[in-house]
Amino acid sequence: MEYEPVIGLEVHVQLKTETKMFTRAPYHYGAEPNTLTDPVVLGMPGTLPVMNKKAVEMTIKAGLLLGCKIPETSKWDRKNYFYPDMPKNYQISQFDQPICDGGEVEIEMEGASRNIMGEHRKVQLTRIHLEEDVGKLTHCENESLVDYNRAGAPLVEIVSEPDLYSADEAFAYLTALRNCLVAAGISECDMEKGQMRCDANVSIRPKGTHELGTKVEIKNLNTISGVRNGIIYEIQRQTLAMENNQPIVQETRRWNAEEAYTTSMRSKEMAHDYRYFPDPDLMPVRVSKEWLNEVARDIPELPFDKQRRFFNDYDLPYTLTSVLCPDAKLAAYFEEALTIYKKPKQIANFIANDLLRELSAAGEHGALPLESCKIKPAHIAELVQFIDKGEISNQIAKEVFPEMFRTGNPPGQIIEEKGLKQSTDTGELEAVCLEVIAENPKPVQEFKEGKEAAINALKGQVMKATRGKANPKLVDDLLRQLLS
Amino acid sequence: MSERNNIDIDYVANLARLELTADEKAKFSGQLEDILKYFDKLNTIDVSGEEPMAHPFPVFNVLGEDKPSATLSQEDALANAPKQRNQQLVVPKVVE
Amino acid sequence: MSDEIYYKTATELRSLLDEKQISSVELIQAVIDRTHAVDSKINAYLDTNENQALAMAQASDERRASGQTRGPLDGIPVSVKDLIVEKGKKARCASRILENFTSPYDATAIINLHNAGAIPWGRVNMDEFAMGSSTETSYFKKTVNPWDLERIPGGSSGGSAACVAAGETILSLGSDTGGSIRQPAALCGVIGMKPTYGTVSRHGLIAFASSLDQIGPFSRCVEDSAMLFDAISGHDPLDSTSYAGEIPKCADALRTKKGPWKLGIPKEYFPDTLDPEIHAAIKSAIESYREKGCEIVEVELPHTDLAIPVYYIIATAEASSNLSRYDGIRYTHRSDETSNALDIYFKSRGEGFGEEVKRRICLGSFVLSSGYYDAYYLRAQKVRNLIRKDFQEAFKKVDALLTPTSPTPAFKFGERSDDPITMYLSDIFTINVNLAGFPALSLPCGLTSGNLPIGLQIIGQPLKEDDLFAIAHSHEEAHDYCKLHPCI
Repeated sequence: MEYEPVIGLEVHVQLKTETKMFTRAPYHYGAEPNTLTDPVVLGMPGTLPVMNKKAVEMTIKAGLLLGCKIPETSKWDRKNYFYPDMPKNYQISQFDQPICDGGEVEIEMEGASRNIMGEHRKVQLTRIHLEEDVGKLTHCENESLVDYNRAGAPLVEIVSEPDLYSADEAFAYLTALRNCLVAAGISECDMEKGQMRCDANVSIRPKGTHELGTKVEIKNLNTISGVRNGIIYEIQRQTLAMENNQPIVQETRRWNAEEAYTTSMRSKEMAHDYRYFPDPDLMPVRVSKEWLNEVARDIPELPFDKQRRFFNDYDLPYTLTSVLCPDAKLAAYFEEALTIYKKPKQIANFIANDLLRELSAAGEHGALPLESCKIKPAHIAELVQFIDKGEISNQIAKEVFPEMFRTGNPPGQIIEEKGLKQSTDTGELEAVCLEVIAENPKPVQEFKEGKEAAINALKGQVMKATRGKANPKLVDDLLRQLLS
Repeated sequence: MSERNNIDIDYVANLARLELTADEKAKFSGQLEDILKYFDKLNTIDVSGEEPMAHPFPVFNVLGEDKPSATLSQEDALANAPKQRNQQLVVPKVVE
Repeated sequence: MSDEIYYKTATELRSLLDEKQISSVELIQAVIDRTHAVDSKINAYLDTNENQALAMAQASDERRASGQTRGPLDGIPVSVKDLIVEKGKKARCASRILENFTSPYDATAIINLHNAGAIPWGRVNMDEFAMGSSTETSYFKKTVNPWDLERIPGGSSGGSAACVAAGETILSLGSDTGGSIRQPAALCGVIGMKPTYGTVSRHGLIAFASSLDQIGPFSRCVEDSAMLFDAISGHDPLDSTSYAGEIPKCADALRTKKGPWKLGIPKEYFPDTLDPEIHAAIKSAIESYREKGCEIVEVELPHTDLAIPVYYIIATAEASSNLSRYDGIRYTHRSDETSNALDIYFKSRGEGFGEEVKRRICLGSFVLSSGYYDAYYLRAQKVRNLIRKDFQEAFKKVDALLTPTSPTPAFKFGERSDDPITMYLSDIFTINVNLAGFPALSLPCGLTSGNLPIGLQIIGQPLKEDDLFAIAHSHEEAHDYCKLHPCI
């Protein structure tokens, strides 16, 4: 029998706020242990929570971005369980009245090849709620060390319906979700820094049936590859069990990334009894129409909507849009360049190829961020203008670009300083062409016999002799004149 | 509610992470069952259509601006800790 | 009336201080001396900060000399219930589990005391985590009732009530979750007031039941409590449940608000089981109001007898969660006998909490547990709404309600310790007020034949503390009950 997996993801995303969810202690990644605390963070006796307005607004924003319904009222509940990383031994979360209901995430499946757009589909969301993060445990031989820096950081949990049907879809979903949230400035979604974490609910069922199988929750899928590999493993494990007539138990399993398998953490019987109840220390949130409209003003275009617009408005190929559109900053950079000179394809090519290559070579840890790039969008537009006016060749432009990147100088200045302006002196060029014709009898012969492509070999020699400064169109015209 | 008055003291003590002696368990079970019987009074009235009251005086949107304020020093944060090392709290190894 | 400094009221002392007949340093010294003399019997204090208090008194005297007094409480000593945190001081909640906890921050109420120039000078005993009606559940000591050393002072703010009654302080701060200020005030013959929920910040008040807890004043005259309420109340952005609107200034209102008032008598508060001497004393107080021209009307609070179950469900549920943080990991007692992380929880909490606290944590965990939430917690929240509506309805007709504070006078040690329900019934007249969020005050209104104080409870309207104090003040003016002191 063939089996079909059904997957739902619970994705935790840290919000990009200055301060924590329920106190104004600062939060950022990578600080010395236990330096980002205050009495509230540590759950000291007598402390009380006060909501972070920005975090609530970012959650509403995420909801609007993903087409969720924003109920008028949402409230806070305590989720009670004991764990050393949680100072109060209850987590302030939202149980039955989250800030966002429903919603969807548009995903793109892998295409037949890199150059071909894959199929698009909308994955249904259950809800998005806001809660506080826990601290970090470091396990040593006999002890665990606790750092509360992260404790209390605002965290949204984005829960999907069981609406994903392969590990690749889960991967595509995470990617799409991340692109949306980063574009909106809601989170950096860096999984390495724990800004995005993922648990998966995986079940399998005979292909063609509709009832859901017994679901197993997989925890600790904390890298992009972990999500894919963990789910693949779990699907295989469950399929094997089914084939061997072994029951699948409802349980929580942990993904062990190093050794690539899942192990059982607790069974359904051992499931936590969280004793949720409304937090008496916090008042409910009421989102008025006005507040909603105010947040809505700040909603960016979704990456896939941008991609469709780039197809329509700029006639860009898939390969370029799929580089530019997922990255809102890069796309904005591109569009800014267009305001100077509207040659989308050429400009997009420079950004998607040359600029990204330079950025990636320049960074020490990963690529250099676009904000630190010295090249202004206008400079790229100007560079394309120089090419189009025939003042430099494509080849020269490729030489100018790294200089622009290094110095931040406009292309005009670099071309001027280095004397790279294309030669348009026909006399001088004619001499070179004659020389090339004389030295290359074979292609000359072939061309004369009607082999059109043979002229390219001659053109190449001319360009080489002029060190690329000749105008290719002019060279073509001259060669044809001289050979006719 | 009456049929539910058998309180499972072991389950509850485990939820609350409380070690109880056998005497305490026996004593509490009896007392808590008496208390729960007393609570049966609540079933004498109809509460359908009544809103649950979570706060004495409901207001909404008590929000703070996202502006950082003072933190505790590392030393103060750990001053009351029963055990610490490397600026972190120490607990016996946690396995979940 | 007493001539001893330590038995004077803040109102009297303010004049003496202003007229330079006494200095704050002398006042503090008198209170320290009195405490040294009697606290070995009373056992009200857990800690005192004598040197710091004297230094603060010195500073107060200097302010006064240079005309920069911070207000009517400048230089006046205030004792603090052990669950309101003070920076650099132990805050133990009378519990073993917080034995070694020193607070790194001040409660807002404490900051407000400092801003008023008042001198928080010692930390007083209470029922462990404010769970109790007798102060017997304290891990550290048994505070006695200054009127009869064999009897309990009431609770949970028993230390506050006892030290005010015994002249071991001028004022005290307590907290009231179900009567924890008013009941000990009644049993010790002093004034104790629970403000409208939200008027005094809970920031720095170690939580028992968050939706019920309020900090409030103890004193030996109504005006003192009004002044102390004025000093500690106000909006606090660090407490999301803090009231953001205007809160009445009460001490001044005593001179302008003179009645007559329309006063309600809820018949549910006069059951057959009410102690006959208490019944008689309350009736006589009611008559005295009638004689002053107040209209007395009977009102109904039909859901009164449901308050005990509602209260013990809501309070224990909130407490079970609030007390989870005491786990032996960050700042609380950690058991020596732990071999793994789970042990730390079970053993530290098992050793660190006393019996009543454990009983209530079990009850609270149960009513929230899977399968029982709707039947207990949710239902209690709905009935709580009905109880509030009872009050709202009654207050359409009256300015305040008059009731007994406690169904009995102070009882003997151990009398109710093993009978939780009877102990819980001690709160029967006070807990409704917390459930509704209304303000109320207990005022001495007589003594039993056994020379034990009796308290009159006056329940006011939310945010009408000025009327509440004025009504109490008019009774105080006509009688001498507030001026009686126990012989120790």
